[in-house]
Amino acid sequence: MKRLLDIEFHKFKYSKSSKVLTIIYLVIVILLMFTGLIQVNINGFKGSLSDLGIFNFPYIWHLSTYMVSFLKIFIAIVIVSLTANEYSNRTLKQNLIDGLSKKELILSKLYLAITLALLTTMIVFIASLILGLFHSDYLEIGIIFSKMEYLPAFFISHLMFFCFCLFAGVLVKRSAFALGLIGVWWIFELVIRGISSFIDFKYEVDTWNVIQHILPLESASLLIKEPFTKISIVQGGIEQITQGEYIKDYGVSFINVAVSMVWSFLFIFWSYKILKRRDL
Amino acid sequence: MKTILEIKNLSKNYSGLKAVDNVSFKIEKGHVYGILGPNGSGKSTTLGMVLNVVNPTSGSYEWFEGTTTNHDALKRIGAIIERPNFYPSMTAVQNLELVCKIKNIPKDKIEEKLNVVDLLSRQHSPFSTYSLGMKQRLAIASALLNDPEILILDEPTNGLDPQGIRKIRDIIQEIAKSGTTILLASHLLDEVEKVCTHVIVLRQGKTLYCGAVDEMNHNHGVVHLDAANRDGLFDFLKGQPYAVSVKEEVEGFKVVLNQPVDLGKINAAAFAKNISLNKLFLKKQSLEDQFIQLTNHN
Repeated sequence: MKRLLDIEFHKFKYSKSSKVLTIIYLVIVILLMFTGLIQVNINGFKGSLSDLGIFNFPYIWHLSTYMVSFLKIFIAIVIVSLTANEYSNRTLKQNLIDGLSKKELILSKLYLAITLALLTTMIVFIASLILGLFHSDYLEIGIIFSKMEYLPAFFISHLMFFCFCLFAGVLVKRSAFALGLIGVWWIFELVIRGISSFIDFKYEVDTWNVIQHILPLESASLLIKEPFTKISIVQGGIEQITQGEYIKDYGVSFINVAVSMVWSFLFIFWSYKILKRRDL
Repeated sequence: MKTILEIKNLSKNYSGLKAVDNVSFKIEKGHVYGILGPNGSGKSTTLGMVLNVVNPTSGSYEWFEGTTTNHDALKRIGAIIERPNFYPSMTAVQNLELVCKIKNIPKDKIEEKLNVVDLLSRQHSPFSTYSLGMKQRLAIASALLNDPEILILDEPTNGLDPQGIRKIRDIIQEIAKSGTTILLASHLLDEVEKVCTHVIVLRQGKTLYCGAVDEMNHNHGVVHLDAANRDGLFDFLKGQPYAVSVKEEVEGFKVVLNQPVDLGKINAAAFAKNISLNKLFLKKQSLEDQFIQLTNHN
């Protein structure tokens, strides 16, 4: 395993696109950390974002994992290009001739995906911790390290997405087309959502509630639910409008964890099967 | 003798087309093999199958008498296929370091092998800046990194200029001299003739011949003779049992042989008939002639 990681990180280290995209990712994360200083004016509330209490522990674990999740596309591009370029440079063929087995090849890519998912989780953990220590109103150890389930959820949703990218790279062999495929799949899930919502509305059934947990991207995005309505001022606003109590379960639900894990496994398994069957 | 590779009834079909049809041969340690065949005769496909990048339709192959798994066997060989494949943004050294990691060998031979192929001065330039000749030489350096038990080269001089071809050829001859087993696929016959001791001839996916170069056709070459008295010489030659055919050319007579001959005895016999020869030499048939003859016969 150490050897495979070593091989994969050698490729990662000396690839231009992966360097550039990783730097962009880090820069955006750092910039996001400064958003606490932005002055806002909502609903008669005046002050900086941090005064809203959004950087309070443990809420910040939820907010930051949710926000940083959007940046995973940068790391995803790295994985897609590292995988698809192996085909376009024909280095995949050379790797196999040099004595890497097809299984090892897929495993090394999987290890890279796991490592990158771990690293991004670490980054979001450290950034949130620093941010929280600066702005949070509560600094008791018990509160700081509570409700941290969003971090493993962040890891799993990233891993699933990276495995999806790996699969797309192996399947279509060209990075641009592979990214296109991911985009098309995302639109496909939206279309499914539209259709099932229409069916739900017309026949008064609840298909979307089932389907949303099965589709890979949708299920992964449900791992970390939107955190905004949790903010007291926003929640108050909604309750004012709807004239009722606003209740929502913001926790990480087991079904989404399980579905994401199954998809990760399937994507890796299919990648291996494709590689094994294909003549290079 | 130690067998390095044994191929048994290997076949590959590409949607109905038989690219490789029931090919069997054996590679033994210490010989230099050439795989000959026109374009599209299945050379690269055969090599692709034993190198684990093309899945065989049927048949099997075995490396090192079946003592290791296929991908472990590949760590002990060196191979380059068709064109050099490396990571464009990495330098020569970085690319070779990666190969060392894959083959699980120490990195201390990188400099030595870059020296063999004369690339030390450019070792820190990115691969994408290399000329085709340099890329091909880097590929050879990469294949030599593990001091392979067999070196497999597929069209190593394809697309190179004359200097590049000469350079690669010199390197191959140098490696052959050191006793490394080599398997060289090519359609350039003089290339094969210069280094190979054994040949495997393929055509349309079928093996036509597999064995030593000298035994490829059962013939014994051609004797060229000339004398001032040509009519006398012609009559003399017609009566000889070793002469299959006698043909008069501008430069004298060309006699195709059906058995080995002793040139001294021919000279003495001719002199006894009062014919003094002013030209007498034996010429072996070139590989090209043999190849054409073989591919036409079958």
